[in-house]
Amino acid sequence: MSAFRLSHGGLVDRSRGIGFRFDGDDLRGYEGDTLASALLASDRLLVGRSFKYHRPRGIVTAGSAEPNALLTIGTGARSEANTRATVQELYDGLVAKSQNRWPSLKHDFGAINGLLSPFLGAGFYYKTFMWPAAFWEKVYEPMIRRAAGLGRAVMEADPDRYEKAWAHCDLLVIGAGPAGLMAALTAARAGARVILADEGFRLGGSLLSERVSIGNAAAADFVRDVLQELASLDTVTLMPRTTVFGWYDDNVFGAVEKVQKHLASPSPDLPVERLWRIAAKAAILASGAEERPLVFGGNDRPGVMMASAARTYLNRFGVGAGRKVAVFTNGGSGYQAARDLASQGAEIAAIIDGRASAGEAMPAGTRMIVNAGVTKTLGRHRIEGLVVERSGHEETIDCDALLMSGGWSPVIHLACQRGAKPVWSEELQAFVAPDVGPRLWLAGSAAGLSGIGDCLRDGSAKALDCLAALGKPGSAPEMPEVEGEYDAGFAPLWYVPGARDKAFVDFQNDVHVRDLSLAQREGFGHIEHTKRYTTLGMATDQGKLGNVNTVGIVAGMRGVSPAEIGTTTFRPFYTPVSFGAMAGTARAERARPTRTSPLHGWAKKNGAQFVDAGLWFRSAWFPQSGEKGWRQSVDREVLAVRANVGLCDVSTLGKIEVFGRDAAEFLNRVYSNAMLKLPVGRARYGLMLREDGMVYDDGTVSRFAEDHFLITTTTAYATEAMAHLEFCAQALWPNLDVRFVSVSDQWAQMSLVGPKARLVLEKIVEDDVSNAAFPFLAARAVTLKGGLKARLFRISFSGELAYELAVPANYGEAVADVLMEAGRPHDICPYGVEALNVMRIEKGHVTHAEIDGRTTPDDLGLGKMFAASKPDFIGKRLSSRFGLTAADRLQLVGLRPVDKAKELTAGAHLLKEGAKPSMANDQGHVTSVCFSPVLGRSIGLALLKSGRERYGEKIVVWDKLRGHDEIVAEVCSPVFVDPENSKLHQ
Amino acid sequence: MRYSALSILRQAFSGNRDWKPAWREPEPKPHYDVIIVGGGGHGLATAYYLAKEHGITNVAVLEKGYIGSGNVGRNTTIIRSNYLLEGNEPFYELSMQLWEGLETDLNYNAMVSQRGIVNLFHSDGQRDAYARRGNAMMIHGAEAELLDRAKLRRMMPYLNFDHARFPILGGLYQKRAGTARHDAVAWGYARGADSRGVDIIQHCEVTGIRRGSDGGVLGVETTRGFIGCNKLALAAAGNTTTVGRMADLELPIETHVLQAFVTEGLKPVIDQVITYGAGHFYISQSDKGGLVFGADIDYYSSYAQRGNLATVEHTLEEGVALIPGLSRVRVLRAWGGVMDMSMDGSPIIDRTPVDNLYLNCGWCYGGFKATPASGFCFAHLIARNESHPVARFLRLDRFERGFPIDEGGKGPQPNLH
Amino acid sequence: MASLIPCPHCGLRPKEEFSIRGDASPVRPAPTASDESWHRYVHIRDNPKGRIVEHWHHALGCRRWLVVERDNLSHEVFGVTDAADWAKRKEA
Repeated sequence: MSAFRLSHGGLVDRSRGIGFRFDGDDLRGYEGDTLASALLASDRLLVGRSFKYHRPRGIVTAGSAEPNALLTIGTGARSEANTRATVQELYDGLVAKSQNRWPSLKHDFGAINGLLSPFLGAGFYYKTFMWPAAFWEKVYEPMIRRAAGLGRAVMEADPDRYEKAWAHCDLLVIGAGPAGLMAALTAARAGARVILADEGFRLGGSLLSERVSIGNAAAADFVRDVLQELASLDTVTLMPRTTVFGWYDDNVFGAVEKVQKHLASPSPDLPVERLWRIAAKAAILASGAEERPLVFGGNDRPGVMMASAARTYLNRFGVGAGRKVAVFTNGGSGYQAARDLASQGAEIAAIIDGRASAGEAMPAGTRMIVNAGVTKTLGRHRIEGLVVERSGHEETIDCDALLMSGGWSPVIHLACQRGAKPVWSEELQAFVAPDVGPRLWLAGSAAGLSGIGDCLRDGSAKALDCLAALGKPGSAPEMPEVEGEYDAGFAPLWYVPGARDKAFVDFQNDVHVRDLSLAQREGFGHIEHTKRYTTLGMATDQGKLGNVNTVGIVAGMRGVSPAEIGTTTFRPFYTPVSFGAMAGTARAERARPTRTSPLHGWAKKNGAQFVDAGLWFRSAWFPQSGEKGWRQSVDREVLAVRANVGLCDVSTLGKIEVFGRDAAEFLNRVYSNAMLKLPVGRARYGLMLREDGMVYDDGTVSRFAEDHFLITTTTAYATEAMAHLEFCAQALWPNLDVRFVSVSDQWAQMSLVGPKARLVLEKIVEDDVSNAAFPFLAARAVTLKGGLKARLFRISFSGELAYELAVPANYGEAVADVLMEAGRPHDICPYGVEALNVMRIEKGHVTHAEIDGRTTPDDLGLGKMFAASKPDFIGKRLSSRFGLTAADRLQLVGLRPVDKAKELTAGAHLLKEGAKPSMANDQGHVTSVCFSPVLGRSIGLALLKSGRERYGEKIVVWDKLRGHDEIVAEVCSPVFVDPENSKLHQ
Repeated sequence: MRYSALSILRQAFSGNRDWKPAWREPEPKPHYDVIIVGGGGHGLATAYYLAKEHGITNVAVLEKGYIGSGNVGRNTTIIRSNYLLEGNEPFYELSMQLWEGLETDLNYNAMVSQRGIVNLFHSDGQRDAYARRGNAMMIHGAEAELLDRAKLRRMMPYLNFDHARFPILGGLYQKRAGTARHDAVAWGYARGADSRGVDIIQHCEVTGIRRGSDGGVLGVETTRGFIGCNKLALAAAGNTTTVGRMADLELPIETHVLQAFVTEGLKPVIDQVITYGAGHFYISQSDKGGLVFGADIDYYSSYAQRGNLATVEHTLEEGVALIPGLSRVRVLRAWGGVMDMSMDGSPIIDRTPVDNLYLNCGWCYGGFKATPASGFCFAHLIARNESHPVARFLRLDRFERGFPIDEGGKGPQPNLH
Repeated sequence: MASLIPCPHCGLRPKEEFSIRGDASPVRPAPTASDESWHRYVHIRDNPKGRIVEHWHHALGCRRWLVVERDNLSHEVFGVTDAADWAKRKEA
């Protein structure tokens, strides 16, 4: 036994025991423990294996920078790989498993890599595995992939909930240690709206680990009093368990609150994590400082721990890191750890100080070895001793824990996420944040201070600065006296020479000093190159522990100041963030909104099958009993419509009302065809181009009054087209008097199609809809029998006699029902978008299968809709470019297989007969296909080079992708039915 | 110094003390035959192929930071040649073929991993569009496969087949596509170019382009003094406009920021590269175990190598929509790169109105996969003053002449590509 | 900029409510202008590093197109103007 739980002391509740499981063993801890403190209290020193060499590893830190103690927490779909035991709150029933080991943590085959390490230096994989070439994917790479990685993701659907929220405040304080608490208190007393966020589950930061007294109270009591006051103020929000992970533009901070990550069975009524976007007028970063490891041989042995972490385990959790503790330090932190542990009865085996003389006095009898360094640690799965070297003399010292302290680095991560480069401070021997502008202050040890009193004062002072900037008067609270502080000063010691084992700089990624020298030798001297070549700082801790040591070591190798080396870039996230938190409620069926047409109910009760169309669900076909497969239903629907009459829901089309004195002029400029003289009461097919001359969208334009139009867009482009019109009106022609309103959702719209459409319509419309009174392309308001106001358009996508009837959305289903009833004597047939598509292909009408952003009006056979005589419209000028008028452009044609039994496929390409398949020989492609029940054969639309000149030509339809044999098809007009348009006018 | 298992063995026994620098750190010479501005993947590959294919070795690559500090070192490492248009497919297929031989060619393991890419489709229309693309690939001689839902489900059981907002119907599969270790690509080309005599000059920022009375380029002003050249080649990605302006070039380029992401290391779970068809999201798993993924650009013009939170959220939403099991996976790091977005989403490898000034830009956010062919074709252009056949459509004047290469059909709005 | 936009009509609003079109500095030429100027309007961008103007659409707000003056390196926003006012001012 070495690590152990003290009988008293700390901030754990010994009356509330907690059972948990680690690698199958049942263990106990207390409420208030982290998983790491409970493991340590159970003397579980070995908790993980490293990434490359699979070396045994133990807990190094007591915080979020932990590189080693990464465990998989939870079971089943709630499993979470790579959870830091040092921040995971202990809960009853927690199940934890170690990672990256096989078959077990104690006996790990991967450890053989350690023996091979001379061959596995930095970047070794770039130099080998190249022969034989085929072996990389088949042998080497799978081997590497299996060996790499940490935990296992279960890849099951997450049973828990997540959510997102905005928060707003005058001052966001990040970190609830001495500086943060005092900053929050100062600002709160001045009436500012304050948010105090801290990643820990208990607010107080480093004060929870200290034995000092503040204002004659224990540090923890001081924390309690401050928090009580803050909690009593309405203007203050305390956010424990909340990690601020990113600083974004406009002082918006991203934060994740762990709402229920400390519960075995989270309530389904609450999220487990909540993403906060905190818009802060000002912010104070009081994120403290990170203690640096020392880089010496065997510094990764389980039982080697940061001195400050040992103090946290002792003072906060009542856990002694060892009974016979050695300390290796270059500053005051190591001494303080020794004092704290000694006060709880631990034996101090020795204090080894890298400096020339001892920093501080220790109780008599403590072994002090100055000007010395550890070169090796003994033991296998736990430390049993160390070898210390002083002036060439080596000595072995027994110990069961080794605490190290290499000095302190301010945690400036957030401050440097937005491009500001950290600055080297000779005085502090650390990187500090530069001035990062007027909205983020650093306070306390994040700003380079070390004493608790100094941090308290600084927090308050920075809060006053913020208040002044916000124009709020404030005053500093009375500063309590701090007693029992220690001097945390240190002298730099980047690397302990004479290492007789690997001296690790990055624990998790197994980067050791020799890797750094190899990188320098091979020219990867820029710190970013060093990082990328050795993978240093790329582990889950993102270099929080190792980066500054690296810079120091590389600087030493190159004989320059660390200032010249600089750091690698700090980027979000401060600590890793789950996909779940960021996704919030957008998942599974609710990943995007769902839109249903006002006629959805009508379609449903008529038995429709639905299909996704963007956000919409559209009725695709209406199967009848006995029909086998969709094709049979669609064939029936088409024939029924063309013979009698059908009803189809077209409500999803974009519908935009256009008003204003200049509405006609405006439309004339946004459509390529003429709109100015469209008579009132008439509709017209319209084509919109992009400014580069390509077709953008199509639809109809109907004129209800001189200054009032209704235009339709395709379903897919409804949103974009509206924005496009608004852009044209507002940004291009602000002097035109024109306004828009989207009414897509306000109207239910149905197509009544077929030779008997009028017979049905007459039954429900008051107005005269005879061919004379309501001819093809008529469009106007009508009154339905019973008085409902509606809009009627005589337009056709199918080539049949056809009407589109629009009624207020809420009446849609009722009107459709009435139409079905009225149509019953005529065998009216509900039909869906599949039949609609068949009929438009038969008629040669285009959709976005043809309008693919690369086609001009002329390509689509719509050259007449390019009104060159108009002075100006969107897309006019660039249409005359050579490439857009070239003779060999793809043009819309029809295709029919020569062998009537063959079926065309969309996406097939076209080749001349006898031509070899090649890009140069590629003649075009099939855009849309269907089986035409009218013609009894497969037909298609295609874009073919110079297509309109090639009617009658036989062409090869090539769909090797689908494994189809070549089909010979005849090129023909794209209009397969009623080319004379006789049906439209009947 | 040749790399091999043997060299590793030999070095191991001598304590790894005799490895030589992968490239030299030369002082700039007063004059070069060719100066390449930009020590990213494309610039370094260009230098390599100039030396290897054309014997032009009096070449300098000038890099304002460290080599590989731009997009080649911050992307999602995908390589593929699944393009639709004649202007693109042959070019990217050449690139794919160069990737396939890259390691032998460079004697550097860039970990080209042909894990395959699947573009998922979620509607019949999308299937047909992918069929068109797959057939375009095959008509050019590349391979492609249309996967149905059942086959896909066997390959990727973790996709959201049962509770997706947009059903996964199938995918277009290119087996030869995959990933490569991005940094190693830059380093491998750098080492290869250096060994053939090319000077790679880091921390040398071009501040001006000096031109003669005839308008031709004489050389460049840099933070390390004037350096003369016969030919000047720009491969500066997001900074193309800035450098181009020094020679009065007017370009169809807008600079945007794209974010990419990596998760904590995980044991292998995702074998292929996957792209989501109902949103914009792509993901693969690196050999180290991190899931590498990305989505849309941030949509606004930006030269800052950092992105905004809304795009981060959007990207991770797409991820969970596609792969529900990602929900409890943690994302380690996000980074941003600045992209030279062109007006049709396709690149430019061409001469310019200035006689001896050559241009390579417009890679949008697909430049990584193009690295070998970009270098190969740019070197060809510089050496012979004419376009390589597979790059003959990638012309600067194609916009003015009306020959855009618009894979997405989005038109001249850069942030839509 | 990228997080919050001061819409002249709606006040400070999150970026998520906006869609972005691109550079607002090119001015649509007269119908009679040269081919060259039309090509430049549609295809050529100054793309400076630093202060720019950009068209943003308050799609989930007032539905107005806005001209956002901003720095594309620091992402600072200097001002936001209704695009119609901007266009009229440019014309004048």
